[in-house]
Order: sequence, then C-alpha cells, then structure tokens
Amino acid sequence: MASNSSSDRQRIAQQRLRIIAGHLRAPVDSDSTILAAECKAQGSKTDVSSERKTVPRRRQEILKWNGWGYSDTRFLFNKKGQAEFTGKRYRLSGMIIPALQNWFEGTFGASVQHKSPAMPILTSSAVQPPTLNEAFVDELKSTGIPCSHDAEDRVFRGHGHCLHEVFALREGKVGRVPDIVVWPNCHNDVVKIVELACKHNVCLIPYGGGTSVSSALECPPEETRCIVSLDTSQMNRILWIDEKNLTAHVEAGIVGQELERLLNESGYCTGHEPDSMEFSSLGGWVATRASGMKKNIYGNIEDLVVHVKMVTPQGVIEKGCQCPRMSTGPDIHHFIMGSEGTLGVVTEVTMKIRPMPEYQKYGSVVFPNFEQGVACLREVAKQRCAPASIRLMDNEQFKFGHALKPQVSSIFTSFLDGLKKFYITKFKGFDPDRLCVATLLFEGDREKVLQHEKQVYDIAAKFGGLAAGEDNGQRGYMLTFVIAYLRDLGMDYYVIGESFETSVPWDRVLDICRNVKARIIQECKDKGVQFSPLSTCRVTQTYDAGACVYFYFAFNYRGLSDPVHVYEQVEHAAREEILANGGSLSHHHGVGKLRKEWMRETISDVGMGMLKSVKNYVDPKNIFGNRNLI
Amino acid sequence: SKCVYTYKEHRDPMLKKRDDFEDILEERRNSSDLKYALRCYTPVLYKGVTPCTSSMLKSMVLQSDQLHYVINQVSKETGKATDDIKEEASAILEEMAQCLQLSTVRFFAFTLSKAFKTLFRSICVNEDGIQRLQQAIQEHPVVLLPSHRSYMDFLLMSYILYTYDVALPVIAAGMDFMGMKFVGEMLRMSGAFFIRRSFGGDKLYWALFSEYVKTMLKNGFAPVEFFLEGTRSRTSKSLTPKLGLLNIVMDPFLKGEVFDVNVVPVSISYERVLEETLYARELLGIPKPKESTSGLFKARKILSEDYGSIHVYFGQPVSVRSLAQGKVNRCQFNLVPRHIPRRPSEDIASFVNDSAYRLVRAQEENMVLKPWVLVASLLLQYHHQNQAAGQKRGIALGELTAQAVWLRDLSRQYGAFLHWPGTVVTQVFTIILLALLEQGLYFFELLSQAVILLSCASYRNQALHVFVRPALLALAIHTASSNQKQEVFNSFSFLRNMFSNEFILCPGATVQDFEEACYLLVKTGALQFTQQEVLVTERGHRTLAFLSTMLDPFLQGYQVVCRFLCEEATETLTEKQFIPAVRKFIKKLLLAGFYLLLFLRFSFVCVCVFFFTSAFYKMHNCVLCVCVCVCVCVLSR
Repeated sequence: MASNSSSDRQRIAQQRLRIIAGHLRAPVDSDSTILAAECKAQGSKTDVSSERKTVPRRRQEILKWNGWGYSDTRFLFNKKGQAEFTGKRYRLSGMIIPALQNWFEGTFGASVQHKSPAMPILTSSAVQPPTLNEAFVDELKSTGIPCSHDAEDRVFRGHGHCLHEVFALREGKVGRVPDIVVWPNCHNDVVKIVELACKHNVCLIPYGGGTSVSSALECPPEETRCIVSLDTSQMNRILWIDEKNLTAHVEAGIVGQELERLLNESGYCTGHEPDSMEFSSLGGWVATRASGMKKNIYGNIEDLVVHVKMVTPQGVIEKGCQCPRMSTGPDIHHFIMGSEGTLGVVTEVTMKIRPMPEYQKYGSVVFPNFEQGVACLREVAKQRCAPASIRLMDNEQFKFGHALKPQVSSIFTSFLDGLKKFYITKFKGFDPDRLCVATLLFEGDREKVLQHEKQVYDIAAKFGGLAAGEDNGQRGYMLTFVIAYLRDLGMDYYVIGESFETSVPWDRVLDICRNVKARIIQECKDKGVQFSPLSTCRVTQTYDAGACVYFYFAFNYRGLSDPVHVYEQVEHAAREEILANGGSLSHHHGVGKLRKEWMRETISDVGMGMLKSVKNYVDPKNIFGNRNLI
Repeated sequence: SKCVYTYKEHRDPMLKKRDDFEDILEERRNSSDLKYALRCYTPVLYKGVTPCTSSMLKSMVLQSDQLHYVINQVSKETGKATDDIKEEASAILEEMAQCLQLSTVRFFAFTLSKAFKTLFRSICVNEDGIQRLQQAIQEHPVVLLPSHRSYMDFLLMSYILYTYDVALPVIAAGMDFMGMKFVGEMLRMSGAFFIRRSFGGDKLYWALFSEYVKTMLKNGFAPVEFFLEGTRSRTSKSLTPKLGLLNIVMDPFLKGEVFDVNVVPVSISYERVLEETLYARELLGIPKPKESTSGLFKARKILSEDYGSIHVYFGQPVSVRSLAQGKVNRCQFNLVPRHIPRRPSEDIASFVNDSAYRLVRAQEENMVLKPWVLVASLLLQYHHQNQAAGQKRGIALGELTAQAVWLRDLSRQYGAFLHWPGTVVTQVFTIILLALLEQGLYFFELLSQAVILLSCASYRNQALHVFVRPALLALAIHTASSNQKQEVFNSFSFLRNMFSNEFILCPGATVQDFEEACYLLVKTGALQFTQQEVLVTERGHRTLAFLSTMLDPFLQGYQVVCRFLCEEATETLTEKQFIPAVRKFIKKLLLAGFYLLLFLRFSFVCVCVFFFTSAFYKMHNCVLCVCVCVCVCVLSR
C-alpha cells in the first residue's frame, strides 16, 4: 500500500514536472523531460542528495559576461532580417519570430541595418589590478576556502543588470570591481570569512545570483579597503525536508530553478517564482524582499520564510525555534529581509513548501481598454479570488507580446488567428489600439481550477472581457523570461531600455500608469530623444489594498552623445512621478544605491535613524560596505 | 544689498515676439453667413477623451466618490436623509449644468455674424495662437482664461473657436444670466454653465460645482473657460484674480488624475467696450441694470454705433505641470483618500495664487493698445494740470502729436503691444479730439463731465500694466528720503505693497519687480546707477514726471478714503454703508471746492474701497495713518 502510493506519487510528480516546466522550457514534445532537465541543470543527472553545480564557480563558462542569461541563448536578426532565438533552453528557442523586426523598427524607429555591437571579449587591461590585503588573503588561503583574483571572476561580480552597468560592460568599460572572489561551501565557511574580514578590516559584498537591478552590487568607488565578493553559489544544497511541517531547510546560495527542480523531485515546490528565478538565489530573495509571480497562492518571500540564519560581524543571528508566528517584539526577520547585504550574509533558510499542484492552466482575457481591465482586477482582488497569477498588460505591451509570436506552422492556425482577430476587433468592436489583455495562471486540483477559472471569467465578462485562450496567456508569461534577452538585442541596434516597478493603492493604479508613461515620453522628448520611446506598463500583482505595477521603457539612442545619462535622467524623473502619484519606491527590486536618495522621504527621519542604529550595532566597522539602502 | 540691478537682457520685454493678426470678419463680409453657420464642424478633441453626453456628465458627478462623501457628511450634520440631499444635489446640478448643442451654436454663429459686422470694423485673431491651442487641446485638458471687459467676451470666444474649427468650450457664467428668459437657456445650450456668485459655506454646492468642472476637464469633454478676474473690469484695468475656479481646475493635476492641464491666457482688447458709458455710470454709483431679455432688446440701439475693432490674442499655452515644478510637493495627497475634500495646504494656496497673477500678467502683456489709449493718458494729465491751475483750455494739436509720438516710443521700449496705424498720426488724433469735443469734454455739468473723464481714464488704464513698475519706481525715487539705493528700494517696496490690490503685482516678487523697473528706466536712459546711488539723468526728468503723474489719481483716491476713515468713519460702518458714505464724503469735499480734479478718481476709490473695507476691520489704525501720511506727503511735493 505504502510503496504503491509512493510510486503513484512519483508518477504524478513526473507528470506535474512536465506541466510546471511549461513556460520555462522548450516545446513539450516526446522528450520534454530531458529538455527540461537540461534547461535547469546543464544536463547533470544526479539526484537530490548529490552535489550539483547549477552555477559553476566560473560563471562566465555558461553565462554571458556582458549581457543577460546563458551564453548560448540570444535573440538575433538573421541575414533575412528575421528575428531568431538561439539555443535549446526555452520554448521559443530555435524559432523564427517573423513579426519582431517590423515591430522593432516601427516602435523604435530603429533599423536592422544600424548595428551597435558590444565588445566581444573583456580586455584584462581594462580591469584595475586588485588591491589585496595580504594578511587577509594569507589567512583565507590557510582555511582552504576557494578564492580567486582573476580579472574575469572579479568583473563578473562587480555588477548587476542595471542598464548603465550592462552598457558599460558592452563598451568594455570596467569601474571599481571586487579585489577577490571567495566561494564558501557552507555556513561555517561564511562564519570564518566574516571573522577574518573583521579581523583584517576588509569590505565584504555578498553575491548571490547577480540579477540585481538597483546598483546593489556596484562597488562603492570611494571604498579604499580590499573588497571581497562573497559568492554564495556553491552553497546550494537542500539540507533537509520536513514533510510533517511542510518546510525545507536550504542553503541560501541555491538559485530558484534549482530549488524548484530539487523539490519537485520529492513532489514539492515552494511556489516562489520571481521573474529572475533561473538565476536569482534564495539568499538574494531574502535580502531584497523578493516577490514571486504566484504569490497569490504561495505568498511573497516574507510569507514563505520560517527561519533564517545570517552571519554578521557581531555573530550569527537566528531565531531559537521554527514557529509559524511569534509575539516577541519586532520580528527580527524583518531586519534581515530587505537588508540588501548591509548587515551580513544569509546562509541558511527554512522555507515553507507545498505539494506540487495537480493541475495548471493558463488563460487570457481581452478587455476593450485598460481602464476596464484594471476595474476587473480590482474586483477580482475584492472577491479574493485571484488565480495563482493574474497580470494585465496595456495595449503597447499586448502588441509587443504579439510581435513575439513564433512562426505559425500551418495555414489553419494563421486562419484561426485571423478569425480571432476579426471577431474581437470587428464583431465585438474592440479598438486594436486600445484593447489590452490579462494573462492568467491557475493552479491546484483540476476540479477546483476549472471552477475557479469560471468564476474569474464571469467577473471578467462583467467588465467587457472576452476569454482569449490559453496560448495568449502562456505567451504573456514567456515574455517575462525573454524580456531581458530582448534588451540585449535592442542594445545591438541602438535601443536601450529597462524595467522598473512600484506598488500603489487601487484608486491610484490608472493614474499612476497614465502619468508615469506620459512622463517618460515627455522627458525623452525634452532630453532630445529623436524617436518617441516605448513606454508601457502592466499590473502584475493584486493585493487587498493595491497592486504592483511594472513599467517597461526603451528608446532609440541614435544621435545622443550620452545615452546612458539621458536614460538615467528619464528613469529618475519616472521615479519622481511614481512617488508623486502615491506609488512606492520599490515593490520587490529593492533600493540598492540607485534609489537611496528617496529613502528618507519614504520611511521618515525616524525610520532612517532606526535602520542606521541597527547597522551601527551589527556592523560598526562597515565590513558589509556595499552602501546600499541607507 | 539684494536689490542690485540684475534684470537680464533676455527678459527684455521689447524682444517679445508676437504673432500676426488675421481679420475674421473680412470673410464674413464676403460670403454667406448661413452657409457659414451650417458648415461642417469637426474639431480636434483631446486624445484621451471619453465620449459622453451632457446628461452622462451629470450622472458621473452624482455618482462620484467626492459627492457621496459630502452627501453623507451633510446628512450627518443636518440630520436630513441622504436621499433628500441627493435630490437636492440633483436639482442644483440641473440648475448649473450646461447642455452644449451644436444647433444652438450654429444659430449664434449666424446671428452674431450679423451683429458683429454691424458693430465692429474687424475682429483680429492671431492664427498661430489658434494653432497652438488646437495642439494643446489634443495633448491635455485645456482651460481657457480670457480677460473680461465686456459681456461680449464669452460669445466672442465661442464664435472665434467655432470659426477656426476648434473644440467649443464650456463656460462658467454668473447666475445673473440665467434670470434672462430664453436667453439664459440659449447660453446654456451654447456651453455656459451657471454658478452662484457666492456659496462660501454651502458644502454641497461647492462639492457639486467643483466636481462638475473637474469631471468635464478630466474627461476632456470640452475646454473649460472662465474669467480669472471673476467679473468684468469696469475700469479696463485688470482685476486681481479670483482663485476659486483656478484651484478647481488645477486640482486634477495636483492629485495626479490627469498628466497635465494646459492653461491658455487669452487677451481680448476692445477699441471701445460696448458697456463704456454704463461702466462709468456704475462707478459713479448708479446701480448696474439687472440682466434681462427686455433690457437686451432695449440695448439694441448700440447696434447703430461704431465700436472699432477687437483684437483677440491667444497666448502661449501654460502647462500647469511646469508651473508646479519644484513648487508643490504632490506627495501630500498620498496619505488621505483623494476624494475627501481638504483645505488646500499652504504651498498649494500660494502656488495657485502666484500662478493666477502670472496668468493675469500674461493676459495683460498681449493686450493690444491703440493710439487712443496713449492720447487719453496724455490728455488726462493735461486736464488735471489745467484744472489744478484753474485753466480751462485744451492742448495744441501739434504739441499733443509730438507728445504722443514720444509716448509711443517709450511704451514700445517698455514692451507694450501697440497697434499703431502707419504714419497718419495727426489725422488719427484729429478724429479722436473731435470725438471728445463732441461728447463734451468741456461740459460744466458735473455728472456728464465725470462720465466722459471716467471713460477717458478707462482708456488710460489699458496702458497701466506697461508703466506700472517703472511708475512705482519713479514715485519711489520721488518720495525716498535720499538717493541711496536701499532707500529707494524701501520706498518702492512700500508703494508696491500699498498698491498690491490695485495693480497686478505678483505677490512676493518685489525684488523682481524692482529689478524690472530699474532695467527699463536704465535702458531708456532715464536713470543711472552708481555703486550706492540712483541718479536721474537730464532727459530722465520728463519720463519720471510722466510716470509718477500716472499714479497720482490712485494715490489721491487712497488718500481720500484714508481721510474719510480718519475724519468721518464710525466704528460700526458696514460694507454696504461704506461706499455711499465715501461717495458722500467726496461730494462734500468737491462742493467745498477742495481738489476739483478729485472727482475723476472716483472710479479708483470705488475699486480700492474693497481693499480698504477689509483693511478697515483688520488693520491697526496706525498703519492706516502711515498710509495717509505717505499719500499726503507725496502729493504735497
């Protein structure tokens, strides 16, 4: 009986794995499982207990040094001018995307004839020689913890993925970078490193997945001490799973996709899926207060964390039990979550886990306009029936998503598409320049999912929404994973861009979307950008009291002498506009150094004082000297 | 010291570029009015417009969060049932709302064409301004702010916009018009909505009214038009702005409900206002006739008179966003739901006030001045001097011409927007003088003489905005105890404060105004600055004398009121009793043979009376005494 049910469970788990892999991976065909495994773990075939190196120490072996993601995966315009997505890792990989070129040229006034290629390789002469604290290095070496002061290793850890960082790398420009990189293998290694750092007064900057978009990984140029990048990527094991309490104790260096894959093998998941989950690490999530796409079911990181261990210059901070909730003064987890590497290194985390969902279904709804869409989301939030994920894209983003449709294989599909379009625009009278689409993801028991789906579609219908099929929904989520690759494509053709987010009360959602988009367009015009920029947004999360809004913004920088500066001015103006419209400084990207200037008005003088006094107590010598947040 | 002369070259008013005018009546005289009234009208609308009808607007207002909140509040306070209040609200809205209809507009287009052609020689409009307006309407919600000198203003505005195929505005009009049978409804159907003159304490009315205006603005239903000055200026001098409606139309931007609001100042300059004599009589204390349809018919005799030409200048659209840049912290609305009515914070109140003054100045700047205006200024100064000297002679035509040319050049250098018809100067003056004589400039009968002189003064007033800052400086130099720069500045600052309700002087801009005045007087060679001192040049005396004489009537007006307050006023004077009492007092002075020319300044007394009434209750007596002393001392020189 017992063995029977366990094999049953395994079978179901396999099946679920196939489904959940959906939006991340190559087309679901006969050998989808193998492909899926390849995507997440470079084809290694070991099991949970064995040591796995999803991310090698030399990251540059599989990841781009001056762009997003895997080296083998990128967008390009082929000789015929058609866009192509290389590699085998994603659903879109290896496909031709016929509409992208037109959209790209039309939206940005760019041309596939005008290239702005990146420097192909890093010249090590561009990198300053390391400032080494010899005594520290000697003692570090005697501990046996691997370390390196190779130029490539150092450069890789001196940046996140802000536009200015990637732009500089593409031009081969390197500023202040860490002087040494160390790879602790476990909690105790970290304790040793931090002790040594305190003893020799060197600066430590924790490094997880390197996906920061807040300048958090930038080395402060004014830092004169030796800067040590503490790369947690080798601390990537699941130490135990507690099926009675549904928790897992995990080392903080594990990246999202690896964590999910390993848990899936045991029939569980965390359900925490930030858009960067392929590369971002558990420790990074904790340090920035990350949010996952499916937070409606599983919660954000603060809801998922049960116990955290952090190594600080004052010692290790952790709670004495693994309790679901405590009334013991201010929750010390909240000093840790969002500390952005200024207080210490998160080494181990106990997280809630859930059995893998039995059934997963995508969906989409077309609304006649954005206003109706937002009204619908608000109603869904009011009735507290939001599916695992619900996102509303505006018209520009809908068109963007449409441009990413891969080549259709049969006349029949294209005929169907045409018919659909005719039905929506002509028969239903939707204005193609105003309509917008909500993408949905349902998860759970099959029966409940179907019931839930009906409930949501019924609400949508009240706001003029029409169900628009699973395919549109799935493509919407795919966009999230490929958008960063698309930015690299843009940068090959004089187009730069970025995304940024905020959270805002419900009554402000429409106003903030309109005003921030308009502000971006106006600022670009004022700053001499020749062609009107792409300025688009989507509502990506719903809460009881508000929503999370995500903005994309990109423009063609031909004719500008300092495009990055223009870009930064526009982004700065956009953030001011967000704050003026009642939006937050950040919903989940964090503050880093990019948004530090607004912290005081965001949390008040007293709030700043509280944070500073914590920092002063925990790290009086500013060992964790990345200067983020405060 | 802070008052060093730093007025920059690039702010030189003379370099202001202005558009050319186009006469829209010319085409009307050459083609069919009927065809014109029936032509295809397809204006460009706001790009974010939500199409809706007038009745939909009303229901949007009634269903708004703001109104719900206020209704509940009123219900709690008065104990009335919310349903009753809702009904009341609905009735108020019914009384207020416009119902813009194209057919009525077409009717007006036809009849007004006929009327305008009889009344006016030309209606000149700057077409570039129209194009800018059209662009602005497409981009953002638009507020039109015309100057207000005549009942004609808003009909004229709509007429011009119809002619150029621009979206027709909805217009805030006083309740007085609604009393006119039939005409009131016609106006309503051509876009007017009616507001009570005062509703200070009535929360429900205020909520309905502000929500109604905001809804029309936010949805881009139509440009919203109102008069910043609140009422027609009887003296052709811009009135200090009223802030209520400006507060309302800026609110959607400040609260982030729209990205921006474009405010377009419009300057309407009449060669001769239809209400000319009416105003003068009103200023002399003859009550304004109540607006009525029969009155309108009786007034049709004006159709037989010549009112010259009208110049309408559509100014540069002003973005409220850029006005507010760095002045208002919009985050202040983040912590309380936006639909709960709140008193504007200090920074917003002062921002709106500053903007209002800037906008009125923008109107003034583009007012077209006719030679008439300058000649009237000169004639009045001569008249005063003659009267004071007990003479009753005029001025030689040749001398007047020479004077006028001098004044023309001076005012051009001060940035006046002059419309000077070629070289036929003498001819023009002859005509003007004849007209003056005909109307009895030298009548001895008190009342008609006053009417004529007041009309003359109102022409002179049209040019005041050009000269007011240099004139204040000239007067300051005159009154200052020494030529020390600081002394002059202090005296300038005192005079400026005293006249802050009389002229359009932006609050808090004393230093800028001083610098501007210094710049202009230095530029025209009337003043020289040394390290410490201000020196009047040889040829500057004439300019300074002219300028300070220009302010004399105002000073005397203030002086008389001060005298009245000191000599006659009892503590219990109410506002209603105040004006007739001052009038009586002046009459007494006149009959006693004191300052015969004072009668002329009657108008200004009336205008400044409001200022002084409030001052009377609020200010300490000794402050008043200072006022009086200064006035007297200025005059005694």
